[in-house]
Amino acid sequence: MITYVARRLLVAIPTLLGVATVVFLLMRLLPGDPAVVIAGPQATAEDVERLRHQLGLTLPFWQQYLSFLGRLFHGDLGMSIRTGDPVIREIFTRVPFTATLAFTSLLIAILIGVTAGVIAATKRNSSMDLSISGGAVFGASMPTYWLGLMLIILFAVHLRVLPAGGSDRGPISLVLPAITLALFSTGLIARQTRSAMLEVLGQDFVRTARAKGAARTVVLIRHALRNALLPIVTVIGLQFGTLLGGAVLTETIFAWPGVGRLLVDSIGSRDYPVVQGVVLLLSVSFIAINLITDLLYAYVDPRIRYG
Amino acid sequence: MALPSASAVEAPVVELAVATTGGSRVWARLRTHPSAMVGISILALYVVASLLGPLLFRWNPIHQTLSDAFLAASAGHPLGTDDLGRDELVRLMFGARYTLVLGFAAVAIGLAIGVPVGAVSGYFGGWIDLLSQRLTDVVLAFPNILLALALVAVLGVGLTNVIIAIAITSIPIFIRLTRASALSIRELPYVEAARALGVPSAAILFRHVIPNSLAPVIVQASLQLGAAILLAAALGFLGLGVQAPTPEWGSMLGFSRNYIFSDPNLATFPGLAIFGAVLAFNLVGDGLRDALDPRLR
Repeated sequence: MITYVARRLLVAIPTLLGVATVVFLLMRLLPGDPAVVIAGPQATAEDVERLRHQLGLTLPFWQQYLSFLGRLFHGDLGMSIRTGDPVIREIFTRVPFTATLAFTSLLIAILIGVTAGVIAATKRNSSMDLSISGGAVFGASMPTYWLGLMLIILFAVHLRVLPAGGSDRGPISLVLPAITLALFSTGLIARQTRSAMLEVLGQDFVRTARAKGAARTVVLIRHALRNALLPIVTVIGLQFGTLLGGAVLTETIFAWPGVGRLLVDSIGSRDYPVVQGVVLLLSVSFIAINLITDLLYAYVDPRIRYG
Repeated sequence: MALPSASAVEAPVVELAVATTGGSRVWARLRTHPSAMVGISILALYVVASLLGPLLFRWNPIHQTLSDAFLAASAGHPLGTDDLGRDELVRLMFGARYTLVLGFAAVAIGLAIGVPVGAVSGYFGGWIDLLSQRLTDVVLAFPNILLALALVAVLGVGLTNVIIAIAITSIPIFIRLTRASALSIRELPYVEAARALGVPSAAILFRHVIPNSLAPVIVQASLQLGAAILLAAALGFLGLGVQAPTPEWGSMLGFSRNYIFSDPNLATFPGLAIFGAVLAFNLVGDGLRDALDPRLR
């Protein structure tokens, strides 16, 4: 197990380096002189020169790259052009909001998705199954940003029971954003749970458990669901990327002060160091979560032995 | 909001279904697949709307009549008018063109690059495979909307750049899928026979390996179309996609946010249009999966 963890960590290094390189190159892709583009149309020649120096653009290309990586190692992502604060601080004041939103949504998606999937599988081809499977396709096709607007219209404009946005009313302001963000993942988790359960329910050990006279729910949860978990865990792990990406849209709609909204605002104000930092941070979290998912397999299915 | 794709990348390779069943058999199976037919009908409706819209209505989608702003639905304007007095229905019908063009162009680029690279990678292996695998790892490490946003942030907004950005997010998915198929196909007797007969590698690749790897790729392409439309509209919604006054659904939805309290209908219809398009491609994709490989049903 330890060798497996070590090997997985080693394999993640080239990917991390690749992600850092892509993020570095993104800045160089800016058409023309990045300093001029970043400084904006109102900047004087001195401003541009100062910025060029600050961004290290006077150095040779490879040196810029190495110093970029070196600074990354120390957690230095540069300064925000808009506020002048370190990018890392800008991001970390927002992380708790995005984390709260993403985890709440994931929890909703797992609870509803797995339950619905199990029900659909046990009542295969019933009207219940059809509506759950249909609902899952609907959920996976629904534009998050549209769902968010519709929920605002219904609950904030017409019924006036929930706030339309912001985060200043405690847990109640989390309700709409979390539901909005969860819907897509709920659909996918339900679909995956249904097909994994169908496969397991047809196997001999489930029939044996039933023949022994084990209670229906015990068979379903202890025998069937336990053995169907692997593909479900996979799809849940993959949902994290979805949730991090979806947070960008959900946070924008609900004025939720998280990392995703910071990204959209920074693109709007051409604050490229912040854009770089957020893209890097979210991608690294995604890689880390995929790694954790892989490691979870060992707990979920002890038959997997990592040599 | 991402794409239903990630899980499908890991899906078992659908073997040789295209070659052994042929197009007409697939169509016959699709015709008896209710959800696929619903998807195809919605798509047909969209295509007709995008072609007929300009003929049926005399309004121009970007023509402003400020005195007609925020009109409710009427015989003259079946879905009412927007903040600048433009007819909502005409704009939606024109919008179908942008959405379909965006989706098909992005997926076509993804296929044109992803399939050959994946086939070469899987068939030849070696350093090409290693390189393409590491590169796809890196691209897939970015949640797709994040990558598209970052690309649009540097490339600039507009139709072409949005297509490029979305195509880039779909390339690694097609590389992975085609590679997985090519890996199993290269071991099959007919490929060995072709090699023994002295058929050049390029011919084996294009006549045998690629055509026989297509079944899962076709299914994914349909799902990817839905994903591309969702992503393009998301960029438009954030103001970073196709720009106003172009009647693109995502940007129409984005602008409607300003009037959500006074005229919620402006948010309802563009979103419904996007939802319908994505749903249609997802349903067709599911239908194709069942039609191409009945074992997975």
